[in-house]
Amino acid sequence: MANVDLARWQFAFVTINHFFFVPVTIGLAFLTALLQTAWYRSGRDEYLRLTRFFGTLLVINVAIGVVTGLVQEFQFGMDWGAYSRLVGNVFGAPLAMEGLAAFFLESTFLGLWLFGWDKLPRRVHLLTIWAVSLGTVLSALFIMAANSWMQHPVGYTMVGGKPQLDDIWALFTNPVFVWGYAKVLLASLVTGGAVMLAVSAWQLRHGKDRDVFARSARLSLIVLVPAILFTMLVGDELGVIEARYQPMKIAAAEAQWTTCQPCSFSLFQIGGGNQDQTPTQIIEIPHLLSLLATNSWNGKVVGLTPLQNQYSAKYGPGYYVPNVFIQYWSMRVMAYGGVLAFLIYAWGLWLIRRKKLATARRFLWVATWAAVLPFAMNTAGWLLTESGRQPWIVQGIMLTKNGISPSLSVTWIAISLAVFILVYAVAATVDLLLMLKYARNPLPPPRSEADADQPVPAVQY
Amino acid sequence: MSSLVPFWFIVIAFFWTGFFILEGFDFGVGMLHSAVGRDDAGRRAAINTIGPLWDGNEVWLIVAGAAMFAAFPGWYATMFSAFNLALVLLLVALIARGLAFEYRGKRDAIRWRRTWDVLLTAGSVLAPLVIGIALGDLLHGLPIDSHQDYTGSFWDLFQPYGVFTGITLVLICALHGATFLALKTTDDMHDRAWQLARRIAPFTCAAVIGFAIWTHVSSGRGTFFLNPIELLAILAAIAALWLVYGDSAGFAFAATTVTIASCIVTIFVDLYPNVMVSTTNSAYNLTAHNTASGGYTLKVMTVVSIILVPVVLAYQSWTYYVFRRRVSRREFSAPSLAKTGAAGTGSG
Repeated sequence: MANVDLARWQFAFVTINHFFFVPVTIGLAFLTALLQTAWYRSGRDEYLRLTRFFGTLLVINVAIGVVTGLVQEFQFGMDWGAYSRLVGNVFGAPLAMEGLAAFFLESTFLGLWLFGWDKLPRRVHLLTIWAVSLGTVLSALFIMAANSWMQHPVGYTMVGGKPQLDDIWALFTNPVFVWGYAKVLLASLVTGGAVMLAVSAWQLRHGKDRDVFARSARLSLIVLVPAILFTMLVGDELGVIEARYQPMKIAAAEAQWTTCQPCSFSLFQIGGGNQDQTPTQIIEIPHLLSLLATNSWNGKVVGLTPLQNQYSAKYGPGYYVPNVFIQYWSMRVMAYGGVLAFLIYAWGLWLIRRKKLATARRFLWVATWAAVLPFAMNTAGWLLTESGRQPWIVQGIMLTKNGISPSLSVTWIAISLAVFILVYAVAATVDLLLMLKYARNPLPPPRSEADADQPVPAVQY
Repeated sequence: MSSLVPFWFIVIAFFWTGFFILEGFDFGVGMLHSAVGRDDAGRRAAINTIGPLWDGNEVWLIVAGAAMFAAFPGWYATMFSAFNLALVLLLVALIARGLAFEYRGKRDAIRWRRTWDVLLTAGSVLAPLVIGIALGDLLHGLPIDSHQDYTGSFWDLFQPYGVFTGITLVLICALHGATFLALKTTDDMHDRAWQLARRIAPFTCAAVIGFAIWTHVSSGRGTFFLNPIELLAILAAIAALWLVYGDSAGFAFAATTVTIASCIVTIFVDLYPNVMVSTTNSAYNLTAHNTASGGYTLKVMTVVSIILVPVVLAYQSWTYYVFRRRVSRREFSAPSLAKTGAAGTGSG
């Protein structure tokens, strides 16, 4: 295997792993802040107990998100030196802003929140968890602006073969960024909500304090149903935008080799991954692809083969089609997972209306396991986005194979990949075991009437 | 050529210096926590002196790296590529440390906690060692070709001056951590931290004197006398040695702060205008100017930094004010650990 392939495996491995934890942090920080706000405003003890309970899960998760985030920040330079050198003056700016505006905020205020329960006035302490939540949301903002630039470069001019930033605002008004960022925030809310619901559902089946966990289950469902609906709608709009700027990505997601108008969406097919294969389409829905990719009933989707000819003429000989198998199935994992998750959570909402949520054992079992869905969809979404950009590292500006550090030998990258796999496997296992342990713990005990005005004890290591 | 280039070189040096001042004592606490806290309660007390602070301190490293990426992409690319495997080692050390802080108390089992103690100590020694080697190599030089690409092997990274810089930083961090622990703990832990500081200080002082002179020679300026910042490093180290025999932890900590800051600043002062020296040919040296971003990017980043850095400094200072109290091991010995852990309050 060439060093580029190994470096790509490494990037994919550490990034996909990192993104298991990030959306949980973004979603759960927001939900924990909501719970604490409910406590602050109502003074009801169960909200405090829930805040502390889910806050513990948040912290376990943040720890691994932070340490895997260090790798993210360094690996552009470590493995992708030529890329960093070429685009650093555009791409580096949002990364540095992320550190200054988001990481400092998130980490400093997380410390204040955890250790400051008994040291800060309640109102100030409430603000610290909102500052943490703001930090997570800002962090996603800057990294999405950077990533969107790789998908659809804007705000630069080429000077001596190098893109030079000349309009920073363009990075933040980039349509790929605007819709991609909205999608990441919504997907994070879905992920955090799904985790909260899964834990609450498990507790409702096995634990005590059922009335308290019924509350968190309701909160998470009320957040989840609109969040998943909007994730799909925003995802659809993002698809239209990507079809405009990265037509290969969407054509490959549909394994659409020839141009079609109108285009149908295949629900399932075998084959079609290579140009010479005729796909065995099992079921297809007419006009749906036209709608998804162009927002119009009879929209035209240009096929992979004509696109390949266009690109060869424009950028010189080469193969510009991304991995069709990954694109096609990532798209379907997202679409089917989204629909399935929506149905499950709508079922939950219906049970709330019927006041049967806390006793619906079948639903509670399904809701616990449904926590797997957002993780699968998040991963599929990034595979679709990043693999669909190939063979480019920056669309139209630099090919991935040219982005690697020239000094990077196959041996070096093999060693570092092995080390990361080992370390991440151990860390993720420990994290998962701790999450499961603390998710199954009973709630912290209620505070007596006399204690209600006393400071809440701080969390310590 | 933008006049912001030297300004951004100073900003990068500022972030690295801030990182070492703050995370320096975190590293030291990590190295010494088992020695200062003899039992589990003591170790927890030692770790909790930096509990609310270490994560925010570590962000200085991320920002230093990201600021290099934005302002000096060529420097970031060559340095991080050259140190690839060394940085893997650094990342493993930082991952082990970070998880140790958060996960150590999450299970009430002796073997679990001892494992994290060992990882915390090892990670805290390894991290400043690797970073020190890397910073030393910038000045000493590495094989770099005309395309600004590193052409050496992994073992070429271990130059005597770089390794000595790494060892010096480990020793300074240990002393810095010891004076911090003396400042932040009570009773027998406070006394043990003082004893450790006294034992470490002579080695740190000797290393810093050697480091300042070697750096002066390595910089190749050809002057006989040390420059003011090199002198300051030596004076601060001697002051620290003298003050750890006094009875004010505050003064001793101030002295180790100046020591660590002046050592990092020394590297950057002696480096400028180079950012990475090439041992292949001095014409291939990476300089602030031939690795810098365009003027527009530097302007944008300057505006962003001028707005955000004071805000960050303000709220980080406030954090230090909120957690100014000393930590006592008595806070951790009272109830059984299992009880507080099971309450799901995230204690431990």
